[in-house]
Order: sequence, then C-alpha cells, then structure tokens
Amino acid sequence: MRIPPAILTLLTGMGLVLAGLWIGQNVNLLPVDASANAPVYDELFKVLFSIGTILFVGILGLLIYSLLRFRRRAGELGDGIAIEGNLPLEILWTAIPAVVVLFVGIYSYDIYDRMGGMTPLNDHSMHGMQAEQRTWGGISPVSFDGQEGLTPLPVDVTAMQFAFIFHYPDSNITTGELHVPVGQPVALQMKALDVIHAFWVPQFRLKQDVIPGQPTLLSFTPTRAGSYPIVCAELCGPYHGGMRSTVIVEEPDSFAAWVAKNSPNASVDTPVAVQS
Amino acid sequence: MTISLTPSPSLQPQGWLRYLSFSTDHKVIGLQYLVCGFLFYLIGGALAGAIRTELLTPISDFLPRETYNEVLTLHGTVMIFLWIVPVVNGAFGNYLIPFYVGARDMAFPRLNAVAFWLIPPAGLLLISSYFITGAAQSGWTAYPPLSITTPATGQIIWILSVLLLGGSSIFGGINFIATILKLRRPGLKLMQLPMYCWAMLGTSILVVLSTPVLAGTLVLLSFDIIAHTGFFNPALGGNAVVYQHLFWFYSHPAVYIMVLPAFGLVSEILPVHARKPLFGYTTMVYSILAIVFLGLIVWAHHMFTSGTPPWMRLFFTIATAFIAVPTGIKFFNWLATLWGGKISLNTAMLFCCGFIVNFVFGGITGVALAQVPFDIHVHDTYFVVGHFHYIVYGGTVFVIFASIYHWYPKVTGRLLNEPLGQLHFWLTFVGFNLCFAPQHWLGLNGMPRRVAEYDPQFTLINQFSSAGALLMALSTLPFLINVVMSAFNGAPAGDNPWNALTPEWLTSSPPPVENWVGEPPLVHEPYGYGQQPGQLNLDSTSGRELWAVGQSESS
Repeated sequence: MRIPPAILTLLTGMGLVLAGLWIGQNVNLLPVDASANAPVYDELFKVLFSIGTILFVGILGLLIYSLLRFRRRAGELGDGIAIEGNLPLEILWTAIPAVVVLFVGIYSYDIYDRMGGMTPLNDHSMHGMQAEQRTWGGISPVSFDGQEGLTPLPVDVTAMQFAFIFHYPDSNITTGELHVPVGQPVALQMKALDVIHAFWVPQFRLKQDVIPGQPTLLSFTPTRAGSYPIVCAELCGPYHGGMRSTVIVEEPDSFAAWVAKNSPNASVDTPVAVQS
Repeated sequence: MTISLTPSPSLQPQGWLRYLSFSTDHKVIGLQYLVCGFLFYLIGGALAGAIRTELLTPISDFLPRETYNEVLTLHGTVMIFLWIVPVVNGAFGNYLIPFYVGARDMAFPRLNAVAFWLIPPAGLLLISSYFITGAAQSGWTAYPPLSITTPATGQIIWILSVLLLGGSSIFGGINFIATILKLRRPGLKLMQLPMYCWAMLGTSILVVLSTPVLAGTLVLLSFDIIAHTGFFNPALGGNAVVYQHLFWFYSHPAVYIMVLPAFGLVSEILPVHARKPLFGYTTMVYSILAIVFLGLIVWAHHMFTSGTPPWMRLFFTIATAFIAVPTGIKFFNWLATLWGGKISLNTAMLFCCGFIVNFVFGGITGVALAQVPFDIHVHDTYFVVGHFHYIVYGGTVFVIFASIYHWYPKVTGRLLNEPLGQLHFWLTFVGFNLCFAPQHWLGLNGMPRRVAEYDPQFTLINQFSSAGALLMALSTLPFLINVVMSAFNGAPAGDNPWNALTPEWLTSSPPPVENWVGEPPLVHEPYGYGQQPGQLNLDSTSGRELWAVGQSESS
C-alpha cells in the first residue's frame, strides 16, 4: 500500500510551518535590544521572519521539486499536459496572500502603535516648543504616559555635517556623546543645520530623519546600560560614513554624577535649576 | 494569398553598419538598445567593483571620499537609466512587440530611432561629467539640500542626462502603447496577445504617467541649483520633503518599469521550455493591471522616516503590502506552468528559475520593509541595498540573461554554447547570493548604506560580499566569450530551435526586414503547447508516461 499523496503533502506542509516558526523564534539576526520599544520591534521581526521563511522555503521546495520531477529526461520528446488554468486554485492563492498581508499590516499597525508611532504629533505640549510651530516626529513621547512619575529627559539634538551635537537644556551641558539614564524616557528635539541627516541607534530600533526646516521629535526609553553607536543613516556628504557618535546608557546614579561633573552651571554665575 | 514585395533600393546602410545608423527597423533598434545597454552595464559593474573594493576595509582608503560618492551616484544612475530600463523596455520591447502584434514595425519608427539615439549622448554626458568636473555626489536620489550644496556642475549634468533618458523612455512608452493598441493584426484580440505585450502595455502606462513628474521635479531642482530659487531649499523657505514625494512618485513606479517587462519575458520563456501553456493567462493579465494601479499609490513607503503623518504611513503600508498579492499570483502561476511540464533545464530556464528564487526572496523582504515599524529600523541601511538588488539584479538582470539565451538563436540564427551558459548561470547565481544575502544582516546590525567607512565589526561580512561581487564580475567572462564565439561558430539553430509558437519564431532566423516575407501569421494561441490528458502521442511517449496515464485513469 502506498501512503496517499495528500497525507504526504499535509505532513510536509506541517513540517514546513513548524520549521519556519522554530527558525523565526530561534535564529537571532538582530543586535542586542536596549530600549523599551526594541522588544516590541523584535516581536514583529520574529513573526515576519517566520512567515517569510515558510513562504520562501515552501516556494523554493516546490520549484526544485518541479524541476527535478518534471525535467525532460534523455530521449524524451513531446509536451507536458495542456492545463491552461484552474480558477478555484487561482482564487485560493489570491485569497491566502491577501489574508496574510492584511494580517501582517494590522499586526504591524498594532506594533507601531505600541511603539508610540501613531500618536498625533501636534496636540501635546513639549518642552520649550513654540505652540504654533509645526513639529514632525517618528516616535512620540506621549506614548510613555503609562510610566507615570518619570518625566522625559529633554535633549536638543543638532545634526550638521558631520556630527551630532547634544544639548541638555536642564543642565546646560553641550556634548558630542549622548548620555542617558536607564529607565527614564528621553525626548529628543532634533534639528538639522545644513542637509538631511538621520539619527539611528540600531540597538534602540529607532531611526528618524532630521530634515532642515523641520523640528523633529523622537522619544525612547533606554532599558539596558551600555554604549551603543549613533549612526547617521542619510547620505549627507563626503564624510557621511564617519558621522557616528555614541549613546551611553548609564545607571541613574552615574548619570547624575556625569551631569554634576559636566554641568557648566556649577561654576558659572547663572543660577541653576536642579537637574532631574 | 501571398503578397510578395520587390525590395526597393534602401536608403539605409546594409550589413553591420546599420547598427550604427539612424535605422528605423525595430529589430535593429532593439539590438542597438541591447548592446548599448550592455556596454553601460559593464561600466556600471566596474563602478560596483570600485564600491566593493572600498568596502573591503572599514576605513576609507581606496577612493577619495568625494569620488566614492560620485561612484555610487553613477553606479545607481547608470544601472537604472542606462542598463535595466533601456534593455527590458527598449531592447526586448522593440525586438518583440511588433512580432507579437503581427506588425511589420513599431507605430512610430522614427520616434523609435530618436528614443534610442537619445541614450548614447545622455550616457556619455553622464560619464564624462566624472572626468570634466566631477560627477554628482548626492546619490541617484539627489535629495536636496545635499544636491543643492554639492558641486553644481556635476549635479546639473546629472539632471540633464536623466532628463534626456526620461525623454527617451517616454517616447518609447508612447510608441509601445500605440503599437500594442493600434497595430494589432486584424483578427488578433487583446486577450490573445502574448503576455509580454500586456507587461509592456502596463509598463508604458506607468512610464507615461510618472516619468513627466520626475522631469518636472528635476527641472525645479535645477532652478534651485542654478537660479537659487527655493522650491526644495529649506534655507529659502522651500520644503525638502516635497522633492521626496515627487521623486518617489516616479521612482517607485520605476521599480515596476524595471520588473514588469521582466515578468512578461519570463511568461514567454517558461512555457516554451516547460512545454506547457502559460497557466492562468487571464489572472496574469489582471495582476499586471493591478500592479500598475497599486504601483502608482505606494511611493511614500520610501519616506517612513521623513516625518510623514501617521495616517499616511498606515495607508502606504497597506497599499505596499497588497502589491504582494498580484505579484504572488504571477509567481504561483509560473510554478503551476512548470508543474507537469517537460522541462528542459537549459540556461534560459535556469536563469528564469534563478529569477523566481531571487525575486521571491526580495519580495518577502519587501513586504517586511513595507511595515512602518520594521522599516524604521532598517531604512537607509544595507538591508535595503540587499533587498533592492534582489529585485533589480536577482529579478530583472537574471531575466535579461535568460532572454538573451532564449532569443539569441532568433537574432543570429545560431545557438549559444550550453556548457558555457550553465557556467555563466552558476557563477552568477552563487556570486549574486554571496554578494547580497549577507548585506541584509549588515543592515539589521547597524551598517548604513552609501558609506565609505564602517564599524570594524562588519569587516568579515563585507569581505564575503565583495568576494561575491568578484564572482559576479568573473561570470561576465564566459557570457562574453559565448556571445562573441557563438555568433561565428555557434551550432546553426534553424528558424525555430525551441519549437515555440509565438509569432517571432514563425519566420526566418534572423528575420527579414519587415519581419515576414508573406503575410504575418495570425496566432490566436501563443501558448498552445501540451497535449490533452489521454491524448498521448505513442511515438514520443515513454513507457513511464503510459504507466502514469493508466494510473490516473484507473483511479
């Protein structure tokens, strides 16, 4: 007795799906996650990676199987069978991708919402922002409302050829490296002086173009202490590849010590507001 | 009735000289496009080689930094505007479309020649800018304000060159639309045309609708550069994002201008070598039209990090992801075309299958990139570089090679050497995947695109990628040897070596001027291959097939 082909096909499909799910969950292609929205991003990545693996391996397998099984053997003449189409089959393979794509779209919308990306940009009052000035942003600080009691740490970012300059308005520190404490939301207000730059921290899974003439907001909450690269991701001139900096995520104590050490206010005549 | 025409004395040069002339013969123009495009492909490939050499080391040590940016700008521009678009549209479109509609030439033969002869001067202008003043440095996207602040001469020459090439593309598009809709042989219905005609009709609609937008945008950009107007210059009150919208309104459809003709060519090649009808003709046509429509409304997915409003991101995510549906239909139909065929695994077929593998991979990363949160991490990184090379090289260039192996006997009357062809395929396939697959990992882990220097942790993977690029460069050698040698020494092919049914094979190889000596054939079923189940020809059937038929009848 032969095993019916339908059973074999079913088993192959199940094996394929399980293998795809396993690969999506266990093969890690991403750098370490160091911000509150990075695990959310990684969740989406794993789902997309699983679906992609299943589709790719499935189609590749079907192609190789067809090429081997239906290859023209030596001495064979003649044509294949004259099948010009199959409407139910076509409807099936239109409907399945449509459902998958719709699911992925809605799911990624949910992910983006959880990352704070769908928040309207202009209906909240941010630090030091003129009320009528239109701002642009990727991930908005209001998304961190859940973490009551932690006020966002404001940082002004100036992008220019070929450096990022960070200014802490609370403590009046200006620096080329971004220092932030673990666990506290950070609200970047970014502007570009010359051409378009992009602020990217791969470990935060965040990127935002900084476009001249458009003040831009970006927020994140670092969750893991360490040093991570800040990369300019938009071609900005000859030294674009060298436009890199570092974000140093520190424990709150050492961050406070860093602020105290570097704040010019400690030694200058201007009165100081206490840094957060 | 056969009408025989006495040849009138021709004003056109005969012999090889006609390929350097203002010929109005669509076959000559098609070959002009192909050879000219291939020469620019070699230049673009050399530029890519320079890029991959620079990226062997994490520091900028091979080219001066300005030169590196000129090289990457030229590489993108040459490959898109001088190689892929002219070849998949101009070369194969001109050669095949008049045959497919049963016409003796294109609708506007002189416009056709003008469209081709815009390309060499535009290309030489672009290349010469490198030697005269330094080429443009702002990438093929030429985003302001960078394109306004980098040296103006190179940027202006770049704009002029792209305007000329865009004009050529529009002339070609108008010509294809007119030819397909108006020059069909009487009795030939639209739904009886070979699939490449539908692909070219869809592509030409995209060309005619979107290329003028690019032209207008570049004219405005040139005003900003020369006359210091402020359309896109934020320092003068302009808006840099408006440029991005206008640019991508052309440049996303440009992706379909590059891949839809390739889809059409695959639909011609697969049925011939699988000896089966094209599966699902009608749905293939509708999916082309759906791709044309959707392709026009997805452009802002290139701008998810540019500060676009949330609703716009949502809309463009869904629209972009939905392109996967008609594209998926086409791929499933091709797989179904192979299923149950008598597939001859020759070089043309291998390149088509390589195309399917590569494009499915690029399509899957494309659906991922359409998702805003996913894109925010990998936008403008090597992930995107890997993705779009899977689409335009793994997709379109593989199909160009498949088409050359398929139609070379038609053009020359001789077959290409098969072992050299297989060597060409495997070198290209392995080299391509070695070059571009690791780039996805680089992008995910923090390497941005368009950089001459990078974090040293990426050195090893970049060296793998460069090794793949070297293999791709080497793979061109067996191809060139094959094409040149076979032109003189190849095995004679006869008029129809593949036993194909589409009309270009129903004439001599090479075809005469005006394509057929007598009346054009009326081909109602361009894919009428195959035999009905149960109607096996006993002379050409193996015992195994008889057994299989007996099985299916008894069950």
